[in-house]
Amino acid sequence: MPVILTTDALIFLLIAVALGYGVYASQHEHLRAPWRSVARSRVGVAALVVISFYVLIGLLDSMHFHPRIEPVATGESAGAPPPEAAARDGAGGGGGAESRVQARYSTQVLSVLDVILTGLRERQEKTFSAPFATHLFVKEAMEQPDGTMIRGYPPLEHGGAHLSDPSWRGVDIAVRTVLGAIKGMLLWMALTAGLVWLVAHARGEAYNDGARSIWEGRTEVPWRVALITPAAMLVLVFVAAELAAGYHILGTDKVGEDVFYQSLKSIRTGLVIGTLTTLVMLPAAVILGIMAGYFRGLTDDVIQYLYTTLNSIPGVLLIAAAILMLQVYMTNNADQFESLVERADLRLLFLCIILGVTSWTGLCRLLRGESLKLREQEYVQAASALGVRHSTILARHILPNVLHIVMITVVLDFSGLVLAEAVLSYVNIGVDPTMNSWGNMINSARLELARDPIVWWSLAAAFVFMFTLVLAANLFADVVRDAFDPRLVRVK
Amino acid sequence: MSAYIIRRLLYAIPILIGVNLITFVLFFVVNSPDDMARMQLGDKRVTEDAVQAWKADHGYDRPLLFNADASGAAKLTETIFFQKSAKLFFFDFGTSDSGRDIGYDISQRMWPSLAIALPVLLVGLAINISYALMIVFFRATYIDFGSVVLLVAMMSISGLFYIIGGQFLIGKLFHLVPISGYDTGLDAVKFLILPVIVGVVGGIGTGTRLYRTFFLEEINRDYVRTARAKGLRERVVLFRHVLKNALIPILTGVVAVLPLLFMGALITESFFGIPGLGSYTIDAINRQDFAIVRAMVFLGSVLYILGLILTDISYTMVDPRVRLS
Repeated sequence: MPVILTTDALIFLLIAVALGYGVYASQHEHLRAPWRSVARSRVGVAALVVISFYVLIGLLDSMHFHPRIEPVATGESAGAPPPEAAARDGAGGGGGAESRVQARYSTQVLSVLDVILTGLRERQEKTFSAPFATHLFVKEAMEQPDGTMIRGYPPLEHGGAHLSDPSWRGVDIAVRTVLGAIKGMLLWMALTAGLVWLVAHARGEAYNDGARSIWEGRTEVPWRVALITPAAMLVLVFVAAELAAGYHILGTDKVGEDVFYQSLKSIRTGLVIGTLTTLVMLPAAVILGIMAGYFRGLTDDVIQYLYTTLNSIPGVLLIAAAILMLQVYMTNNADQFESLVERADLRLLFLCIILGVTSWTGLCRLLRGESLKLREQEYVQAASALGVRHSTILARHILPNVLHIVMITVVLDFSGLVLAEAVLSYVNIGVDPTMNSWGNMINSARLELARDPIVWWSLAAAFVFMFTLVLAANLFADVVRDAFDPRLVRVK
Repeated sequence: MSAYIIRRLLYAIPILIGVNLITFVLFFVVNSPDDMARMQLGDKRVTEDAVQAWKADHGYDRPLLFNADASGAAKLTETIFFQKSAKLFFFDFGTSDSGRDIGYDISQRMWPSLAIALPVLLVGLAINISYALMIVFFRATYIDFGSVVLLVAMMSISGLFYIIGGQFLIGKLFHLVPISGYDTGLDAVKFLILPVIVGVVGGIGTGTRLYRTFFLEEINRDYVRTARAKGLRERVVLFRHVLKNALIPILTGVVAVLPLLFMGALITESFFGIPGLGSYTIDAINRQDFAIVRAMVFLGSVLYILGLILTDISYTMVDPRVRLS
């Protein structure tokens, strides 16, 4: 039974908006040209490939559902459903025969990604274990076969459990790595062959000629980079998958949960914060910004007052105040939320909104300045002399001409927001503590740094995953800005 | 000039009123004092008496905006808005929910904050400007390209990583300085070294990249071409002409953040255990002490507006082309 959380709905809305923009941009030369130059930049293409891997994982993690509980065939005890499930079904579990026919759903909310990663999710250990470890990280009292107790590192329940002799671990890891790499390369080659055929077909060349011009970098779009980056990513993904089947490749955390799983689950949170925040603030910023610049006078004064006031409140404190208030509200109205997931999701959405409130002012000011300039342009003057309505002028003449600023801001803001999430979670004003996020991972791992030897893998995993995404986003943002900023073009 | 400043100061008043209203709405209307009391008392089955007692203790037992029971001016003053929010205008911050005088705490904790923020600003400025100048001097070479890559990578690293990494590397591995803590007087220096280094390193990425674009913008100007045409060496062009002009946006940017230095660095201070205003705020957030958060929001807004005014004034002082109107 599918579940659509509020943020899921907004993500799908965002995708619809992006697709709509894509169609619009492809029909307008002034928008198509900069995107073409983005597609021709090697850095841009490489960054885009990395980002799309993240987005793919995030999307898989955004399709939620209540898993179906497999009906237990034997025993009358199966007739009595767990109380929550009965409450959710609505029909009630009164008649045993009836409810056995009906499909039953768990209250648990899972995503498609959870299903793919079922192995990782369910292979829990007792507590900390290092990456690729076969034994726990902390000593425990163990009972020997002869009945005596000794203190030692107990073997893991899952990590490396398939090995009959732990000393073979190195060989096993090497074999799995090679196997994963080969699988990744095979898939990549299949994809590449198809793509080369398409490119060659489009260029009107024979297959081999097409392949050669890609390899020698003679194509306009840097296909060579666009093929090498996914090759690296695919090999990485397959090697990780192959290894993760037998080990905890990034170790486990305090309650024994796989860190690799946590890092993957955190991707969605990071992406949601980075994108939905902008989506939430965009309408207000764009409408108010161009209205202030176009109408001037009293409208301008009011809007300027509004954003100066909001801007003068220190962002972190405004967020803190709002989140504190939300916490108070949620504690006092706990019965309004059906499940913890839903509650965490609403908090995430609220965080996006409040982050949006603190960050829309910059864009608003930029748009105001630009439309102040635009309203003096001849074509706007002409339209207004011909008696075109204000709303039409705004929509037809002003808005399309400030879209590039909006585009640049959206892309530039993304990486900052992803980083901000980590800091906010550290102050306990970020996402819900039960939600997977890099900030929460860092926050809980920070307390373990005092251990000796030090527990570093949770921190390292969160930082590496975050760094990769933010670096790709920063590089991509640079390319987009260079392509869209008309001032830079002139300087060159 | 003075007329302009007075006008700007007067313009700040409606903004501060707006700030005050927003915080008031956030703190008292969205969540009534009853909700707050229940939250603070921690149990859902709190008796009504306990809630009333908590409200009376902390001064939340008055009406929100208008007190019909009082007489005369007290109709307006005997309200939560006046007692808790309007008093902030006179920098009367009241007492925190745990009963301490907030104004006194702020005046005490301001100095450690400043002791970190000021060195970070000055050292960071020196390093960023010299690094950016170096990149621009070697522009369009591998040094330029490599540096830009390095800067983007440094920008992409979470600030938390710099702090945790710095603490681990310098404090724990090399045992050079204590990991966290604070002391009075000159003894404080050894506690300040690490946070200052971390602060400076963490800022290099964004700072240097920004300054580099400032320099590059200037280097395409006509006066630079003239200077080169005169036969000046590149070094002279860079240091005498470009640097001076690029300093205008840099300095005005610095002036804007000067007042905010008092607010301290939230994360750095709490990681390094420095008793400044940043850690004060974080502690208040974690303890859900609304009075302190409210006071800090107001203080932050005042300092921000002050920074805006100072920026405008400094523009006229360093750039004769700008006139205040």
